[in-house]
Amino acid sequence: MSTALEPAQEIRGPSAYGGGWRRFMHLTWLIAVTDYRLTYFGSALGYLWSLMRPLALFGVLYLVFSSFLKFGDDIHNYRDLLLLNIVLFMFFSEASGQAVRAVLNRETLVRKMHFPRMVIPLSVVLTSMLNLAGNLVAVFVFLLIDGVGPRWTWLLLPLLLIPLVMFTAGVSMILSSLYVSYRDVGPIWSVLTQLLFYATPVLYAVEKVDPKSLQKIVLSNPLSAILQQARHWLVDPSAPSFAGAIGGFAWWLLPVGVFFAVCGFGLWIFNHEAPRIAERL
Amino acid sequence: MPDLAPAGAAPATGSGAAAPKEPTPRHTAIEVEGLEKTFRIPKHQVQTLKERALHPFRRQEYDELNVLRGVSFEIPNGEFFGIVGRNGSGKSTLLKCMAGIYRADEGTIKVAGRMSPFIELGVGFNPDLTARDNVVINAVMMGLTPQEARDRFDDIIAFAELEQFVDMKLKNYSSGMQVRLAFAVMVQSGSNILLIDEVLAVGDAAFQQRCLDEFQRLRDEGRTIVLVTHDMTMVERFCHRALLLTDGEIEMIGDPHEVGRRYVERNFESFHALPAGEPEPPQNDERKQPLVRAEVTDVWLEGPDGERVEVVAHGDTLRLHATIESKAHVRDPIVDFWVDDEEDARILATSTRPWDDQPPLEPGDTLHVTVETRNVLRDGRYHIGCSLLSGSAALDIVALVNRHKPFHSYGAERVYGLIEFEHTLRVDRNP
Repeated sequence: MSTALEPAQEIRGPSAYGGGWRRFMHLTWLIAVTDYRLTYFGSALGYLWSLMRPLALFGVLYLVFSSFLKFGDDIHNYRDLLLLNIVLFMFFSEASGQAVRAVLNRETLVRKMHFPRMVIPLSVVLTSMLNLAGNLVAVFVFLLIDGVGPRWTWLLLPLLLIPLVMFTAGVSMILSSLYVSYRDVGPIWSVLTQLLFYATPVLYAVEKVDPKSLQKIVLSNPLSAILQQARHWLVDPSAPSFAGAIGGFAWWLLPVGVFFAVCGFGLWIFNHEAPRIAERL
Repeated sequence: MPDLAPAGAAPATGSGAAAPKEPTPRHTAIEVEGLEKTFRIPKHQVQTLKERALHPFRRQEYDELNVLRGVSFEIPNGEFFGIVGRNGSGKSTLLKCMAGIYRADEGTIKVAGRMSPFIELGVGFNPDLTARDNVVINAVMMGLTPQEARDRFDDIIAFAELEQFVDMKLKNYSSGMQVRLAFAVMVQSGSNILLIDEVLAVGDAAFQQRCLDEFQRLRDEGRTIVLVTHDMTMVERFCHRALLLTDGEIEMIGDPHEVGRRYVERNFESFHALPAGEPEPPQNDERKQPLVRAEVTDVWLEGPDGERVEVVAHGDTLRLHATIESKAHVRDPIVDFWVDDEEDARILATSTRPWDDQPPLEPGDTLHVTVETRNVLRDGRYHIGCSLLSGSAALDIVALVNRHKPFHSYGAERVYGLIEFEHTLRVDRNP
């Protein structure tokens, strides 16, 4: 009997993407931008804080490791390397750290609206990307001041950012969907992030790791691959590329595999959990 | 019931890109078929990995809560459809399933057209942003594009009457202003199917009136509206049809007046089945006053056919009864009879005093008191009270029953004070 004017569509309940792609994109963008604007809202320095935070960390670490401990003296352009590493690593740690509680923080949206759930972790990642963009500008300014560039290989940076974002988004999806059921994910992840900070050549250069066998282990961390390659392309072409450091191009399969695996697993688990998130909160 | 056919469709307002095409009343807007929803509530919530690790094989035990059990109905295009039910009857869950917030376990829901749910007004409002930003975000959540949202911004602000406060942060808005803004976004979002969950509980009286007017307009415009509410006046005033949900099943679907009446009865039955099944013991403390001189043995409300009822419609005859039994010699008896509201305000009261030259009551005498009047009460819950006094100068309370036998009055539409009153209203403009 129903000769509806518009084809009747079945309401299948909440999902990760429901509601059309256009709305999905608009929502992700709007929420990310709003969050970005609100992060340092009301502070005297405003957006400058998003620059200040990595710079402050950089300042402290640089002071301790370079001036006091004479740590980076034998690393070429240590100052720029350290800043670049901090900026890239902070993107990952900030986005994933925020993502843990993201679904919970958006509880009203999840429980009171027909809302594509995937928007939540993705907007968190997008907000961090906005921060990253500002911070990278600072990195390039430092590089120019130190007379490191410009170099044509700088243009290759997006090739590293894409997998970094993929990886971060995947981790964010996993964390935010798991946190709904298991609240332990919060403290566990903050410890893991600390661990990862030292397991990734942020403060140090991988070729200085002794014994040499340990170098491979450090490099098998997918974030190391990105940082190492970024160092080679942006800061110091004389430093070994990732393939050079680990011994062969075939090794790229490892981090690339991990990127895709994490991203795929993130999509799967979030998709799987999405329909029930509102009830479990 | 000719009244059931929704009013012919008028074109939607605004520059809406999504303005509905001429809706013909008989098309189905929403079709719900065999909807079931069960919540599994863990008896022992495994929230931590440690517990998971320590008891890997322990089967999680659940309490199953059947919130919806096979609910099916159809809503034609342009209908104003009410869903009523007591707390916990599953009506909000039903709405959330229809809105796509919960996933149904069984059954299908089909919707033709763009649907916007309003479970709560102003979802996603951010207090640190201005009205302008909040409107855009909120409208995008409702399914507009940011461009459409900006195009309609002026209409939205005009509707909310907040022109002067556009660039003020939302946290500086009063709650009423926030509600107005949220309601304006909802109305202007241009969806042709609206799901509304008791959003009108807030806002001042003037704004509530505006909302009601707006409902009237949306209804006349031919939008399909599903309203979940406790307010029977709303249901009777707006709805073409209504659905009464009891324990997750449809108890009744159809004429809003009948559904409203049934709802009030239901609500009331189980409400006071608990505290006041039988008459209250007399209030006289027997230790102080060993001799119970009289007792109000019963008070009740009578329906038109002489049966006892607990519900009375506004405008019907209110028949109040009481029986008083005398157990001693009571000289100069006087009977007081009254109706109190929930706040203990005495709304109606009458008395036999001065009841001169009455012979004293003797043990075994019974008085049957009857009060009949047109029910002028506004909607609400009331209590009947009755007392017997003795004495012409110094009154002595002999027996008393107070806050007893609650009853419900409903269906008052234009009562703005405690009671309706006979009056003429004249407004002279520039006399």
